[in-house]
Amino acid sequence: MSRLTIEASTPLCLLQDAGRFGVRHLGVTQGGALDWVSMSWANWLLGNVLDAPVIEITLGGFSVVAEELCLLALAGADLGACIDQRPLSPGRSFILQKGQRLRFTQPYLGARAYLAAPGGFNAPKVLGSCASVVREELGGLDGFGRPLAEGARLEYSGAGVNLKELSGKQLPDLRSKAPLEVILGAQIGQFSGQSLFDAFNSAWTLDSRADRMGMRLLGPQLRYQGAPMISEGIPLGAIQVPPDGQPIVLLNDRQTIGGYPRLGALTPLALARLAQCLPGSEVRLTPVVQETAHRQQIEFLRGFV
Amino acid sequence: MKIRLEVVAIDCLMVRLFDAIAEANMPWMLAASERLRAAFGGQLIDLVPSYTTLMVHYDLRALSPSQARELIDVALTDLTPDSRTGGQRHVLPVWYDLSVGPELSLLSRRSGLSVSEVIRCHSEREYQVFALGFAPGFAFMGLVDEVLAAPRLDTPRKRVAAGSVGIAERQTAAYPVVSPGGWNLIGRTPSRLFDRERDGYSLMQPGDSVRFAAVEHAEFIRLGGDDTPLEVPA
Repeated sequence: MSRLTIEASTPLCLLQDAGRFGVRHLGVTQGGALDWVSMSWANWLLGNVLDAPVIEITLGGFSVVAEELCLLALAGADLGACIDQRPLSPGRSFILQKGQRLRFTQPYLGARAYLAAPGGFNAPKVLGSCASVVREELGGLDGFGRPLAEGARLEYSGAGVNLKELSGKQLPDLRSKAPLEVILGAQIGQFSGQSLFDAFNSAWTLDSRADRMGMRLLGPQLRYQGAPMISEGIPLGAIQVPPDGQPIVLLNDRQTIGGYPRLGALTPLALARLAQCLPGSEVRLTPVVQETAHRQQIEFLRGFV
Repeated sequence: MKIRLEVVAIDCLMVRLFDAIAEANMPWMLAASERLRAAFGGQLIDLVPSYTTLMVHYDLRALSPSQARELIDVALTDLTPDSRTGGQRHVLPVWYDLSVGPELSLLSRRSGLSVSEVIRCHSEREYQVFALGFAPGFAFMGLVDEVLAAPRLDTPRKRVAAGSVGIAERQTAAYPVVSPGGWNLIGRTPSRLFDRERDGYSLMQPGDSVRFAAVEHAEFIRLGGDDTPLEVPA
């Protein structure tokens, strides 16, 4: 077993995996890494299953010291990671010698970095997952959903492998301005024609009111003209439109059911990109057919083999 | 009943069975759930029931959207309602008191009933669990007598104590854990509504029946209840 000690952390540094499944009918949220693509690459670099427990570091402010020689992998955002004084760019596995410090400072590109360890970080599975959901008191190192705290010990039990790095083709492009793809939902026809035009032809600004439950998009007011809805299941990435007309993209820690009308739902690839956008950045939306999105997703997943 | 199927996400389809909330929906909802679980087997990731819908979240690595549709169509052909009495029956002890249920007075004023009549009215009915959501183990139950129906608070409380029993419109529920909340609070239950050590985790499941039983303060404490009064907003 190898160990690291956390020297600095924030409430936005959380142990995550792919999330909690099979319990949503009990009101338990999904949780899990917001940028599942980067989580997958971090694990892939170490030969792990793609959803092994990783650390999601949002915006920086995280630092660990190796208690013995550790093999780790980093993917996702560039949060100014350094090993002691030496910069470490994401998209590679690396060695942290005993006593060396890995530190994340602030976002240079993207918002969330993922740190993986061989076999995944050790943590108890609660309702089938170690995804940390603070509000539900589920997951994390202690099983009660608490964020990673200064002084806590991180451990892993997997064996080392050769060092690897992602090729240019594998590295997600965090600068991409491509619009986020939306699978249209059943209420799409009940938004005004102007609203539909606006939804897909405007630049939307990410509000600072954003967390793991949802991100609010600021822009033209969208008008829903249908009847009030009865609460129903909410899929990951659903874009709901509350009465104020400002859409909210619902993320991994969303409530399980809700009654606001929806434009549709972002594709998983769009969600991974959105997870790397900072408040104030602009995004655009574009519609995609479910079958097409499905084919793209299957094709993308082949890249992890 | 005409079952409709809607696309909601890359790997989710909404099965819409009804257009209105009704207690009579439940035998159909339970029957449909059972058939869908059997049809999808290990390819089902989650099945999220609500009042009138079932959201099917399947494994997109195993099924294309058209295969998933096909599975649902076949599974729900010639659907018949689940004739069993449906679900478990629970009795939730409740200490109805103004210190933990401040809206008892509001509901009394709105309904013209005395506080003890409000309590009797809430506790003499058997409720059905329509759906779970909002928080783990939070069960939406109904229907509350029309005379007690009241809209949510204009400003939700930042902190509602665990076990708090409330009313919103014609629904009633109990908060499993401390959380923000806007329901009209009328009392508190000592029952543990969500327990990670329990088989099935949640005390209540969709389709269960629930009755609230008024208990005195001493009994509430004996059952493990926490009588800390609700924080009064400054």
